[in-house]
Amino acid sequence: MSECPPGEFCGPSVEEFFPEPILFLNTPFEMNRILLIRMLVVVVLAVIFWVATRNLKVVPTKGQVVFETITGFVRNNIIIETLGEKDGRRFMPVLFTIFFLTLGLNITGVIPGLQIASTGLIGQALIMALVAYFTFIYAGMRRHGFRFFKNQTVLPGVPIFIVPVIAILEALSTFIIRPVTLTLRLTMNMVAGHMLLVLCFLATNFFFVTVLVEQGNPLGLLGVGTFAFGIAFTALEIFVAALQAFVFTILTAIYIQLALADEH
Amino acid sequence: MNIVGTLAPLAFGLAAIGSGVGVGIIVGKTIESVARQPEMAGRLQTLMWIGIALTEALAFIAIGVAFIPFPAP
Repeated sequence: MSECPPGEFCGPSVEEFFPEPILFLNTPFEMNRILLIRMLVVVVLAVIFWVATRNLKVVPTKGQVVFETITGFVRNNIIIETLGEKDGRRFMPVLFTIFFLTLGLNITGVIPGLQIASTGLIGQALIMALVAYFTFIYAGMRRHGFRFFKNQTVLPGVPIFIVPVIAILEALSTFIIRPVTLTLRLTMNMVAGHMLLVLCFLATNFFFVTVLVEQGNPLGLLGVGTFAFGIAFTALEIFVAALQAFVFTILTAIYIQLALADEH
Repeated sequence: MNIVGTLAPLAFGLAAIGSGVGVGIIVGKTIESVARQPEMAGRLQTLMWIGIALTEALAFIAIGVAFIPFPAP
């Protein structure tokens, strides 16, 4: 990002996600704006939940209706529908946390002034995927003991001579590919979305400021198009942020449900 | 004319064709089945997400390949 020849267009790079530290310089606790946004999101989420649940009424107010619609959707359509009433209640806290944390961290990608989704850094997604991973292993071990690993790898009705091959494949897909795909799905969606937005708005800036004003070239009016696309992709990003939170939560719920199931 | 760069995005594009088609088939068939038997929607949706997660994994493996340090020829 540093050296860009004047009068030429330079696209965004991955350095977007590694800005300069701005707080506690030269200590092990150096913070850049992404970390600060992450903390802000956590505080905002905590405050929203505290305020919204502090004064619940049987006849809900307007704010409570909105709050209950969202939480009710997560509770009924994601958790209860996948896990059932009893197990759903057991794993409700972790799934709720995953959903709203993912949603909150994703949605900062389109909020003006913040404009970066901190789930685009692989560390954040990896931690959440590891939480999901250990949750479903815990759920299975709690229900089945060490038989859980046999249940997950040895499928019933498979001829005896291909059991080892299937077992290796199943172990690979369950215990290695699952957390990796959970991580990469979230991270790559947010990175790609952020890159698209930055590209669109950088191009708009380039067309209007550099081409139209500085070089006086009417071709700079193409900026109208890139700006329109920027707005459209912002709308798309809002949708993607919610969708990724939904997908992450429902996959975690499904993995827990598969671990709890009696037979594979 | 010299073109300099990495082929990794191309590899991802090729992998995305396959998983794109796969995810499309899975979702399409699920919609079809729900249209036939709406009362099965919940269970079918669960199966659909498992299928999507497995199919999409191929595209994500293609992303991972870009980060494997292959020795230069």
